[in-house]
Amino acid sequence: MLTEQDLMALWVTLRLAGITTVILLIIGTPLAWWLARSQFRFKVMIEAVIALPLVLPPTVLGFYLLITLGPQGPVGGLMQTLGGQSLAFTFTGLVIGSVFYSLPFVVQPLQAAFIAIGHRPLEVAATLRASPLDRFFTIAVPLARPGYLTAAVLGFAHTVGEFGVVLMIGGNIPGETQVLSIAIYDHVEALEYGQAHWLAGGLLILSFLLLLVVYGVNRRFSVVRL
Amino acid sequence: MNIEARFYLQRGNFILDASLTVPMQGLTAIFGPSGCGKTTLLRAMAGLEHCDNGFFSFGEHVWQQEKYFLPPHQRALGYVFQEANLFPHLTVRGNLEYGFKRMPTATRILAFDQVVTLLRVGPLLSRRTNNLSGGERQRVAIARALLTSPGLLLMDEPLAALDMNSKAEIYPFLEQLHQELAIPILYVSHSPDEVARLADYLVLMKAGRIHATGPIAEMLTRSDLPLAHGSEAESIIEAKVVGYDEAYHLTNLEFAGGQFTVPRSNLVIGQVVRLRILARDVSLTLAKQTNTSILNIFPARVEELIEVSPAQMTVRLDAAGVPVLSRITRRSAEVLQLVPGKQVYAQIKTVALLA
Repeated sequence: MLTEQDLMALWVTLRLAGITTVILLIIGTPLAWWLARSQFRFKVMIEAVIALPLVLPPTVLGFYLLITLGPQGPVGGLMQTLGGQSLAFTFTGLVIGSVFYSLPFVVQPLQAAFIAIGHRPLEVAATLRASPLDRFFTIAVPLARPGYLTAAVLGFAHTVGEFGVVLMIGGNIPGETQVLSIAIYDHVEALEYGQAHWLAGGLLILSFLLLLVVYGVNRRFSVVRL
Repeated sequence: MNIEARFYLQRGNFILDASLTVPMQGLTAIFGPSGCGKTTLLRAMAGLEHCDNGFFSFGEHVWQQEKYFLPPHQRALGYVFQEANLFPHLTVRGNLEYGFKRMPTATRILAFDQVVTLLRVGPLLSRRTNNLSGGERQRVAIARALLTSPGLLLMDEPLAALDMNSKAEIYPFLEQLHQELAIPILYVSHSPDEVARLADYLVLMKAGRIHATGPIAEMLTRSDLPLAHGSEAESIIEAKVVGYDEAYHLTNLEFAGGQFTVPRSNLVIGQVVRLRILARDVSLTLAKQTNTSILNIFPARVEELIEVSPAQMTVRLDAAGVPVLSRITRRSAEVLQLVPGKQVYAQIKTVALLA
């Protein structure tokens, strides 16, 4: 069965995925809304940047994040000057990495959902005296609910499955940065196939169930678009 | 008090260049073929279509002038779209309350129950919006717009997306709105039938421009407008119910030029109704006929002869100040020696009761 270290890895993974998902929903909402509505000429460039983690090897992303967040990097250096520590090999660093890594999985379903709503319901709300912010929260967000579900589940599941980025910027510190996928790798390295089976099978079933929810609840949205 | 609008805007190949003044009362129909810019004009009035340097005033309120642009949610208007566009995540009650709740209590002129009763949406309140019929949806949409107690109601072909039965279901409500509430309505339509039934004032549009504006009875009969030229040329007469002929099941209606007799329907004495008379149902005689089955015969004066084809003419008549059109052949016009000013009798074969 699961060792204490496995349980810790499970806890780190769930905490990481949960926090990342919440952050992504918060920053993804205005970003997706802007992408869905804006006529900005260079919008495609921003869309391409957001979609990068879909095609980029996670180690590449992890490498650049390590450079940026590490003690010599601009962000990590700044943290150290301010009396903190560099963000490399910390849980916070892991969260930052995951936010970048899972960004398209949250932004794209939200953007698709906002586009699907169209202009009309918001125009109707405007003629019913709702201010722009009011219509956003009372019309756009509720109507985009299927998109939010997709975004939350994909963001969470994708973060749970993270490996390359974690290895680069998080390392393998039990209870701090060791996540399930790394724990599985460790078990396999140590030829503990039984342990690896428990974790791998658990992840497989969890991922399947999450996707089942997404596809079952809404068929209208394409889940990931490139 | 008037509604004044001046808009110039370009969308691709289409140019809207409209300037108009219409009365701030009754129902003004904006009429014209598809694609002539009716909807764009209405949207510009609502502020949904932003047009630089436009002007829109509603009585003493200026909503747009030079750089000033009042956003749509601050304009005291109601807007009914072609599709009902009910919010799918809210119940019927939620939809109705959406605008109502956003109005400060002091500015709610129409009470919730009053509007619910007027449009008979009471039984639908707890329903979801997705299983309402087309007619029900549009009634809810109209009620929702009215619940913001608008000073001006803009309606963009509210019947166009409905089937015949649903249209028939909505008509009485529109007529009631117009009679019971003192809200000026601007009503976009491309259906001559709707215009004849509902409009008091008519704005004719053509290719992004205002072609002509005026009171409906006058506009329908003006020789310089296309309406009097088509095969469906018609005139409209408002008449008051004055009595019944019980023995023959008939109703008598009075207008300035005389009395109409029409088959009995459930009209109340004193009620004002609108009669629609197709020009082709009006024939002319020089002497009053007595041995005829036609009940409705009025003296009238020839005002103008309009040639609509080598064979046919439309004659514009004046029956005690009320314009009436008659469609006759050119030969008949010559045989009767019709000239402006000549006294004739108009025999009206069919009268359609519109309300």
